Amino acid sequence: MENKLLASSSPHLRSDETISRVMLDVLIALLPATLASVYFFRFNAIKLIVLAVASAIVAEIICQKAMKRPVTVKDLSAVVTGLLLAFNIPASAPWWIPVIGSAFAIVVVKQLFGGLGHNFMNPALAARAMLLASWPVIMTNWVSPGADAVSTATPLAIMAGDAGSDAILPSLTDVFFGNIGGCLGETSAALLILGGIYLLYRRVINWRIPFMYIGTVAVLTLVFGLGFTDMTYHLFTGGLMLGAFYMATDYSSSPVTPLGQIIFGVGCGIITVAIRLKGGYPEGVSYSIILMNLVAPLLDKYTRPKVFGEVK
Amino acid sequence: MKKRFTFKGGIHPPHFKKATEKISVQRAEVPQTVTIPLQQHIGAPCEPIVKVGDKVKIGQKIGEAKAFVSAPVHSSIAGTVKKLVSLDSSTGSKAMCVVIEADGSNEVHEDIKPKGDINSLTKTEIIQIVKEAGITGMGGAGFPTHVKLSPPPEKKIDSIILNGAECEPYLTADHRLMLENPKKVVYGLKALMKAVDAQNGYIGIEENKPDAIEVMTKTVSNAANIHVVPLKTKYPQGDEKRLINAATGREVPSGGLPMDVGVVVNNVGTAAAIADAIQTGMPVIERIVTITGSAIKEPKNLIVKVGTSFKEVIEQCGGYKEEPGKIISGGPMMGIAQYSDEVPVIKGTSGILVLNKKEAKIPEPQNCIRCGKCVDICPVNLQPLFISQFSLKRMYDEAESYHALDCIECGSCSYICPSKRPLLHSIRMGKREIISKRKKK
Repeated sequence: MENKLLASSSPHLRSDETISRVMLDVLIALLPATLASVYFFRFNAIKLIVLAVASAIVAEIICQKAMKRPVTVKDLSAVVTGLLLAFNIPASAPWWIPVIGSAFAIVVVKQLFGGLGHNFMNPALAARAMLLASWPVIMTNWVSPGADAVSTATPLAIMAGDAGSDAILPSLTDVFFGNIGGCLGETSAALLILGGIYLLYRRVINWRIPFMYIGTVAVLTLVFGLGFTDMTYHLFTGGLMLGAFYMATDYSSSPVTPLGQIIFGVGCGIITVAIRLKGGYPEGVSYSIILMNLVAPLLDKYTRPKVFGEVK
Repeated sequence: MKKRFTFKGGIHPPHFKKATEKISVQRAEVPQTVTIPLQQHIGAPCEPIVKVGDKVKIGQKIGEAKAFVSAPVHSSIAGTVKKLVSLDSSTGSKAMCVVIEADGSNEVHEDIKPKGDINSLTKTEIIQIVKEAGITGMGGAGFPTHVKLSPPPEKKIDSIILNGAECEPYLTADHRLMLENPKKVVYGLKALMKAVDAQNGYIGIEENKPDAIEVMTKTVSNAANIHVVPLKTKYPQGDEKRLINAATGREVPSGGLPMDVGVVVNNVGTAAAIADAIQTGMPVIERIVTITGSAIKEPKNLIVKVGTSFKEVIEQCGGYKEEPGKIISGGPMMGIAQYSDEVPVIKGTSGILVLNKKEAKIPEPQNCIRCGKCVDICPVNLQPLFISQFSLKRMYDEAESYHALDCIECGSCSYICPSKRPLLHSIRMGKREIISKRKKK
């Protein structure tokens, strides 16, 4: 019997948390917003979401096989990346946009840098940036929700004056529930917040990054913008909720220290507002997160928490 | 709301205490042979003072402590010394052991007699009794208690804290001790307080043991300077520095000792052993052990003679219910997995935990996803993911600069990790390298 006993290093007890459970929680949190995008954008939404998710999975399998690494699609992280990418493209995009985007996100941004946990940028956002730079017209061709899908502008573009003087801002209620032009998943602030609360409750994410990010945007747009209503539009449009709860909190590309996370959130907020109010581009969430992704390792390095009993 | 004392960080593993928490302590059968290691403590091993063929009685000293940081060892049965041999001990390393075969007389050694009363004993006498009784930390670490009671003169001790947190899942030995023998615990605490002139005594107990809190509070009700501190149920609440922080608000400096903030911490079991040593004169020759786990037929709390083999103790609990996968000395978080069930119970064996094959299986580690949970829960505020990475890449200087040596090896990081990475295992390796490098210099 002696030889059959396992004598490993302590602890001998492990929690039941797993990567796939974490990813499943993210998918559950994104479910309401996913359903809303299908409701608002009909078949286009279904088509783009399915293509983005399927391409992400296939890209991961091919890539890991080619690199002779164990295939890890079962951890669901590729599904999350695919879904988030779909959330970041307009409903009018052609079928090959999500395919190219997902492949780029998984192969270039994730697997070439070492796979899960080693990507230095949020894969979905990096892919969106690539798509936006390569096909700017397709990536900004917004349509209004509903079956007739006419061309429209996003609320932030209207506010920035990019949409012409006759464009009318949608009502705040429409903005809050998502009945506006924009990317697939970014339009319904209410449902994104709902999912965010679920993630906080499940402790998949903590409050620091999303609250600091949203708080910073709120304060800065109130101070430098055009008052309270203006601020509300800034909060509930342009994918801020999507970015703050689901993209900026990406584990691999955000800091792990408490102070680092706070600075990260504030930094995202400052850059977002700077782009929106002063930049030539009406939305600022994706670029601000990507830029802060780049400083995350530095933040980790310089915000080490004080060790218990440490005298500094 | 009642005030609850605790620390920052920590985890909430399932308690698994139901199997034994309501079961009264019973006395295990006297074993036919005992194998008593001459090193059951931190510090120098003892020198044997018996030879093969010698007759020994219960409580007779068989190993003498020559160094200051060491503790003598006594025979737990009456019989004949059969062998002096180096064997595997439950501490994970080999130790010189005295093998004694019982003669059935159960004769107690003549030197075992009451030592008087706390009030009539002097400080030095108490410390001497503690030392001679071979008392070491009964919580598991096994540090000689008399050393803790002999701080350098410039360190003034004002508080003694008894650790009744028992934050390790599964274990109930301290819980039962507090319920069944609260007076002994308090007597030991008073002796400890007198030994170092401490004005305050604290007994920290986790809130998942409300009956123990109640009994202990009642027992100390007429001692104004002794307080029962209810602690939030959270692992590692029973770690000495976390406990000091919770009970007194003081923070032991990094790399320092409790005495640096005027505190000495002892396990409740240690206090009870001190009470025995004073009241009856009996040294540490037995202890309460919780025998539990999914592969044990009838989990129990037993008083076991030091030197009894795990196998024999497990047989008295109905034996194995299914094939054991892992046999652990101590609790599941910090206990030591054994190669065999032939190892002896020693002074520090708080539990024998037997897991089945399924529970023993080590999960396959995956990539670190940098979720930061280990950073959130580390009770010392370390960043386990980075120290682990540095250790695995043999970058020991970097690991040291991330305060690897402050790690208390509680295992919370490995427990919480969703990628099932062996964080503590790799940090331990790093610590060992850092320490050996320091010694070379």
